[in-house]
Amino acid sequence: MVNNEPLLENKIRLETIDLSVYYGQNPGVKNVSIQVFDKQVTAFIGPSGCGKTTFLRALNRMHDLTRGAKVTGKALIDGKDIYDPKIDPVTIRRKIGMVFQKPTPFPTMSIYDNVVAGLKLVGIRDKKLLDEVCERSLRQAALWEEVKDRLKTPGGSLSGGQQQRLSIARALAVEPEVLLMDEPTSSLDPQSTNRIEELIGELKHQVTIIIVTHNMQQASRVSDNTAFFYIGNLIEYNKTTKIFTNPDQKRTEEYITGQFG
Amino acid sequence: MISLRRRYIRDNIMLTLIILNTIVILIPLFIIIVYVIAKGFDAISLDLFTKELGSPTRAMMGEPTGLVHTMLGTVVVDLIAVLIAIPFGVGAGVMLSEYPDHWANPVLRVLNDTLNGMPAVLKGLLAFTLVVKPMGTFSGLSGGVALAFVMFPIIARATESSLMNIPWSIREAGLAIGLPRWRVILSTIIPAAKVGLVTGFLIAFARAAGEAAPLVFTSFGNNYLPIKWTGWFMGPVDTLPQRLYNLAISPYEHWHDMGWAAAIVLLAVIIASFIVARFVIRDNK
Amino acid sequence: MKTKDKYNFTPSALYGWLGDRIFSSTIFVLGFIVIFTTIAMAVSLYFSGSEAINKFGFFGFITGRVWDAAISMEFGTWPFIVGTLVTSLAALALSFLPAVAIAIFTAEYAPKWLGYIIENLVNLIAAVPSVVIGIWGIFVFTPWVRDSVYMPLYLWSIDNTPSLTPILGNPAGYGMLTATVILTIMIIPFTTALACDSFRMVPKEQREAASALGATKWEVIRMAVIPYSRGGILAGAMLSLGRAIGETMAVAMLIGNKNTLPFTVFGPGSTMASVIVNEFREAVENIHLASLMAVGFYLFLISLAVNLIAAWIQRKYSATGGRAV
Repeated sequence: MVNNEPLLENKIRLETIDLSVYYGQNPGVKNVSIQVFDKQVTAFIGPSGCGKTTFLRALNRMHDLTRGAKVTGKALIDGKDIYDPKIDPVTIRRKIGMVFQKPTPFPTMSIYDNVVAGLKLVGIRDKKLLDEVCERSLRQAALWEEVKDRLKTPGGSLSGGQQQRLSIARALAVEPEVLLMDEPTSSLDPQSTNRIEELIGELKHQVTIIIVTHNMQQASRVSDNTAFFYIGNLIEYNKTTKIFTNPDQKRTEEYITGQFG
Repeated sequence: MISLRRRYIRDNIMLTLIILNTIVILIPLFIIIVYVIAKGFDAISLDLFTKELGSPTRAMMGEPTGLVHTMLGTVVVDLIAVLIAIPFGVGAGVMLSEYPDHWANPVLRVLNDTLNGMPAVLKGLLAFTLVVKPMGTFSGLSGGVALAFVMFPIIARATESSLMNIPWSIREAGLAIGLPRWRVILSTIIPAAKVGLVTGFLIAFARAAGEAAPLVFTSFGNNYLPIKWTGWFMGPVDTLPQRLYNLAISPYEHWHDMGWAAAIVLLAVIIASFIVARFVIRDNK
Repeated sequence: MKTKDKYNFTPSALYGWLGDRIFSSTIFVLGFIVIFTTIAMAVSLYFSGSEAINKFGFFGFITGRVWDAAISMEFGTWPFIVGTLVTSLAALALSFLPAVAIAIFTAEYAPKWLGYIIENLVNLIAAVPSVVIGIWGIFVFTPWVRDSVYMPLYLWSIDNTPSLTPILGNPAGYGMLTATVILTIMIIPFTTALACDSFRMVPKEQREAASALGATKWEVIRMAVIPYSRGGILAGAMLSLGRAIGETMAVAMLIGNKNTLPFTVFGPGSTMASVIVNEFREAVENIHLASLMAVGFYLFLISLAVNLIAAWIQRKYSATGGRAV
């Protein structure tokens, strides 16, 4: 089980100031200012359409790839604004990695090639180094033991839960500072969900994690801090224990107690 | 390690190569169209639509020649092809879509696709064996049969996919109000799939209208109009694609010019088919 | 299909039941005739050609290098098989990268309006009849390529690489290379169309996963889009190959029509389809006609083989393994 109490007074890893995301004229997310702490798990919760995923994707500039999407405000990692025009989103995405709802191994690549795909992008070819990173990442994702004898088999041949852990290993291989997870277990069975939640508990010691989830129980199990979103606004953000036992905002309480969403 | 700058340089090189390839390929297309329009336009005259071809001496002597028999022949042969191809193409498509449990369907599908992929010249040879040899003569009828062989596999595929796109609930609704199956298909399903069927037909027509190879062995060609009206069906008939071929490889310059005229007429017919197909789709969206 | 209760002879029941019977029987007859047409093609080509196949042997006819319709009446189809395979495979090789490039540009880089225009232009290439391309080839392309490319190369080769000259052959204009180049252009639309469709079907998540690793636009295409679309691209290539093998009129008009090996690069040649069209009208002797029919039969076999290989490749290399995802 994950320890829900934040450890020490951790420093701020990621911070947004008045971040908004617009699809054309419609605001998906409005003026969110939030601070995410180092080596902790922060959960974004809220009903469907509240903007939690939209906000998450703004943190690694994924909206750059969507026509008609516009982001205003600032998002700072270690003090530097990722939306600074001088900064290339490609470099940001190595520092801030992402795992998606649907496990997406590249189906024509082997397990090995999937894991080291990010490294090959920057031209790392040293076989010894790649082997090391592959093993390390697969161990981090708790997948090594299961696949170590068949690293050359296609990535698509694994089960759903294994594929998701492979996606996590692939994201970890490039050693990001922050790992964004967009509903990583919602397409998995309960057993795989369990394994990944355990994984998150271990990973947070190495990587700051932000997880979007529509499953409140998961948020309370897994995270140190929780942010509640509603209709594009950040309603409340605090330690997880507080949010789930004694929230300040009425909306938060209504959502927690299942009165909507 | 490859630096980010090098990666972007590579990105740009690839984009440049891709754009170059696109332009290089589209250039010949423009050149072809421009030439056909320019030279064809020059060669068009009233005579083209009103006179027969006759022997080469006519052209060499400067006497009026034209391709009226070719135009009419094309209409006749294409019409015969359409009349044959539609029942068989639609029938096969209906069988595949509306009677999905029929044991012969996998065979039908494979063989129809195979026939679709076969070179048109072989379809001409088949029509030769089936129609020309028994009849003892080249004929417009055999040309129509040959073109039908080109058309109906395309129509069958288009029919099958159009009908399959109609949701099953419409069939159920028809059956539920007591309509027999055949009425459901004829009166509700097929009209609902009208757009796809018409489009499929037009595409098949455009394909077949341009084919010359099947006609070389079947309708064969004729420099004159047929004497009797039966001559269109029972005797050799001239058609645009086949005549275009003959004119182009002939040694007579005036005939070459007429070849361009035939080319522009043929191209116009085909482009017209596609434009009509576009309108059919748009009107029914 | 339900059959009505035997004892129910009311007019409407009869209308329904009888109507169904008649209708479905008609449909099935039409469908079966379609089936038989394909079989008839194979059978009739074989039997029409059997005189030649029996005389020269099934494999003897394939490997026979002599095609003499004038004196010895000896026929062998090997030169035409060589001509067909060389022109078609060369056209496939030349067209593949440009075709895929156009598909990449249309699907991944171009704004929608431009992609739409380019797609339609490429489809226009496929819509232009073979004879029209043929006449353009005869009067526009061939003179130009002969004067601008073949002759200069040929003359240069005489001076500098005389050993290469016989391989280049007679630069008259009509010949193997001309036919191959025209074929290349003609078959591009098929690869492009299927490749483009495949690219459009790549799931958004695959591209996002690549981007999230820090990939540039081209790297996303290379890493996520192209591999996922392998099956479709290869299927398109096979379709293009099939079309090249069967292409008759433009080839017949541009290939120079020489029936004996060896073929040279610039010099005239022949393919299975082109010889059928070229010689059919003059085929008076039965054995000549039978030989042409037999060539048609072997062309049928080759086309069939390419179609089957195409289907197999598409199943094997599809990213989803041929199953629905």
